[in-house]
Amino acid sequence: MSIVTVQLGQCGNQIGHELFSALCSDICGTHGLCSKKENESYQESCKERFFSEEESGVPAARAVLVDMEPKVISQTLSMAARSGLWKYSSHSHFCQKQGSGNNWANGYCVHGPRHKEAIMELVQREAEKCDLLGGFVTIMSMAGGTGSGLGAFVTQCLRDAFPTSFLLNHVIWPYGTGEVIVQNYNSVLTLSHLYHSADALLVHENDVIHKICAQLMNIKQISFRDVNQVIAHQLGSVFQPTHTAGGGSGYSRNPLGALLEPLVPHPEFRMLGLRNIPQMPESSLAFSSFSWPGLIKHLRQILIANAHMEEGIDWQVRPPQPGSCIPSTNKPLHFNTSIANLVILRGKDVHSVDLGSFQDPSLYTSWLNPQDAFTAWKTPRAFNKYEKSAALVSNSQFLLKPLDSIVGKAWNMFASKAYLHQYTKFGIQEEDFLDCFTTLEQVISSYTNL
Amino acid sequence: MTQSVVVQVGQCGNQVGCRFWDLALREHAAVNKKGIYDEALSSFFRNVDTRSGDNGPDIYKGKICSLKARALLIDMEEGVVNEILQGPLRDVFDSKQLITDVSGSGNNWAVGHKIYGCQYRENIVEKLRKTAEHCDCLQCFFIIHSMGGGTGSGLGTFVLNLLEEEFPEVYRFVTSVYPSGEDDVVTSPYNSVLAMKELNEHADCVLPIENESLFEIVNKIHQMINSGKLGSTVKQNSLVTSSAGSARTLEKPFDAMNNIVANLLLNLTSSARFEGSLNMDLNEISMNLVPFPRLHYLVSSLTPLYTLADVNVPSRRLDQMFSDAFSRDHQLIQADPKHSLYLACALLVRGNMQVSDLRRNIERLKPSLHFVSWNQEGWKTGLCSVPPVGHSHSLLALANNTCVKPTFIELKDRFMKLYKKKAHLHHYLQIDGMEQSCFSEAISSLSDLIEEYNELDAAKGGPRIDPSRLKIAV
Repeated sequence: MSIVTVQLGQCGNQIGHELFSALCSDICGTHGLCSKKENESYQESCKERFFSEEESGVPAARAVLVDMEPKVISQTLSMAARSGLWKYSSHSHFCQKQGSGNNWANGYCVHGPRHKEAIMELVQREAEKCDLLGGFVTIMSMAGGTGSGLGAFVTQCLRDAFPTSFLLNHVIWPYGTGEVIVQNYNSVLTLSHLYHSADALLVHENDVIHKICAQLMNIKQISFRDVNQVIAHQLGSVFQPTHTAGGGSGYSRNPLGALLEPLVPHPEFRMLGLRNIPQMPESSLAFSSFSWPGLIKHLRQILIANAHMEEGIDWQVRPPQPGSCIPSTNKPLHFNTSIANLVILRGKDVHSVDLGSFQDPSLYTSWLNPQDAFTAWKTPRAFNKYEKSAALVSNSQFLLKPLDSIVGKAWNMFASKAYLHQYTKFGIQEEDFLDCFTTLEQVISSYTNL
Repeated sequence: MTQSVVVQVGQCGNQVGCRFWDLALREHAAVNKKGIYDEALSSFFRNVDTRSGDNGPDIYKGKICSLKARALLIDMEEGVVNEILQGPLRDVFDSKQLITDVSGSGNNWAVGHKIYGCQYRENIVEKLRKTAEHCDCLQCFFIIHSMGGGTGSGLGTFVLNLLEEEFPEVYRFVTSVYPSGEDDVVTSPYNSVLAMKELNEHADCVLPIENESLFEIVNKIHQMINSGKLGSTVKQNSLVTSSAGSARTLEKPFDAMNNIVANLLLNLTSSARFEGSLNMDLNEISMNLVPFPRLHYLVSSLTPLYTLADVNVPSRRLDQMFSDAFSRDHQLIQADPKHSLYLACALLVRGNMQVSDLRRNIERLKPSLHFVSWNQEGWKTGLCSVPPVGHSHSLLALANNTCVKPTFIELKDRFMKLYKKKAHLHHYLQIDGMEQSCFSEAISSLSDLIEEYNELDAAKGGPRIDPSRLKIAV
């Protein structure tokens, strides 16, 4: 089954490019650590999922590139072509001349309707190239104007045009200390709208990835390219072919469905966080070796303590004692309650790994059986040169604090009415803002009371 | 890619404009080695096929034939414009893009705005339309003028009005040179305040500049160079004030100061023209830096002012650049943003600097700056990969800060000194269309603006009470 990716705005396009590069370099590498047959099957599956065959023989990414100004798309297209390993189809991009000015209202109310037809036609064309369409992934940031505003509009259009397809938004949360001054407004508007259209939101926070670059990757002068490459690696660890739980011997034929169905049992809870270990500079890979028990132990504590990476984990945090009936407000502080979790293991000796610790009922809310709340995928084919890697996609309180912070800051600014004239100019009124705040306060409340 | 049009009005406007075009050509020449007319060039220049004369068609791709500036030159005296047309930049300007007269405006805003405005209205509109037609996607008008005289101030603000009427969707960025206290034009306070009302109402963003600041910057650079305090020599072409390497041979008196303003405009538009990992377009500047419609006055500072010939730039020096951008010495108006209240701040970095350098410096400087309570993280950042000519990096800081208030208060005081005595008023009131109410409305507009800043300042330093959040029924 194939996935069509829609890259929106500068961020979406820059990350999209790194993602396809990472996927391609993973399958072209010879570090599969598995049988030749297994490797070939993996490559075929990845190619079918993310690339289409072109006459030239160079695989073309199943992607649509959208931006309201031309510079980034033109760079993205040429970088891909230069790689020689893959490219974008020649007619898969849409751009305009003047950007959205970091204005969500401009992206949503003006650019959206104006360019809907052209953009959806490109999407339709990509979708038709797929033998079997597995769904859509959009990549966008929520701080700017195009990725966020136009992205929210396009998500709605995708939902309307493909009501039965899976739809996942990959959203980048900006650095807490400004990239864009109105980023909190744009974020609130984006998140509340996406919540109504998409199946789930898979979130990456710039601050977190930045720390990974600084502390784990040892990069001195961190650039956006570095950040995007880590994000692409983490996404790849989720999206590359896997054997799903009961899936027989082949690779999963419904990647998005297999991801979303177990993780989003209730429509009120759609925020997914992503963790991936280990993470280190490529130069260190040859010298490191890990044990599965060690990795699993760290990953579990990362989940429980809401840590972002394998360094600096608070080992003091423990799940509440089973059997005792604790009202949600008295739960031990800092403990991250989960609704559902998915662990994806790739590499050597995966089948011997014991994941029982993730099925501990005390990790979860009481609505689902722990067997239903936890899913595991194990694949012997190693990913991106890591002998063993473990990814965690979690529907839990991971994003509660950051979300609360964004909404708080946005509300603070809204109360002073600053910048509102910039939005009303393009059609977003104060009432629209209030609706969005209400939606998100509801989400925050729901996650808080788990 | 979008295009911008520069409208230079009056003596000051045209002199600064001239330096801008010269530096813009130099910048593009340094980047564009193959002589191909690319999108970056098209933002400020047309490519005209002049083989059959000046009226040739525009060429949109391929080799550069003849570059013409997207500009309108307006002056009610011929001297300055004629000089430009006889100088090395004569081929850059389309002769049809000039509007001149002979007698000047006599340092009288009313003459510029009411008399010449009326007289030349149609002519100006027609020429603006022509320029706009040559643009694929016109994004912004840059107006360059001074506030203290008659033409730049009066006719300049008349044009501003016109732009809003005729091209309401196109942004209007105004670079205004404010008169200093010792300005030798006696009526400059009248002219400035009358012009301010127009800027309040019709501009999207104003970049106020004061000659005093430019003068001090120029002196400081010369002192540093002459004193020999600098260990290594200054890198060639790196002086922000210098016209060296340009087409001109003789430097005129205001050239050094005008070059600074020209550099400001180049840096402001760099991220719109060239690529980078985090683009900052002009519409983003206005979106992020203007929280309330009338508070659109941005204090600018530029660093470095010169670069040492060191090839390796240690991060210490990068960090120094950031510190300098927030010091008094580098501001283009006499103001101290560090000790006033920030409403918003934008940092546009050029050259090989990454997001981590930017973040490190923001973290470092944040504690010493006061941001308004509802915008504590009010930073807008941009990273453009192409550095300016002669430098490896540069930083432009644009601040919406209450430190402009003293400048406006002083202006108001100088105005009132004259107005109370009715000094020189008759020169204005005798002009058709001018009445006493023009003056009272103008001073009232300025007072209101000052009051808006006062209110913000009053809240500064008080206890921070965050508004309570929406309550949701559980």
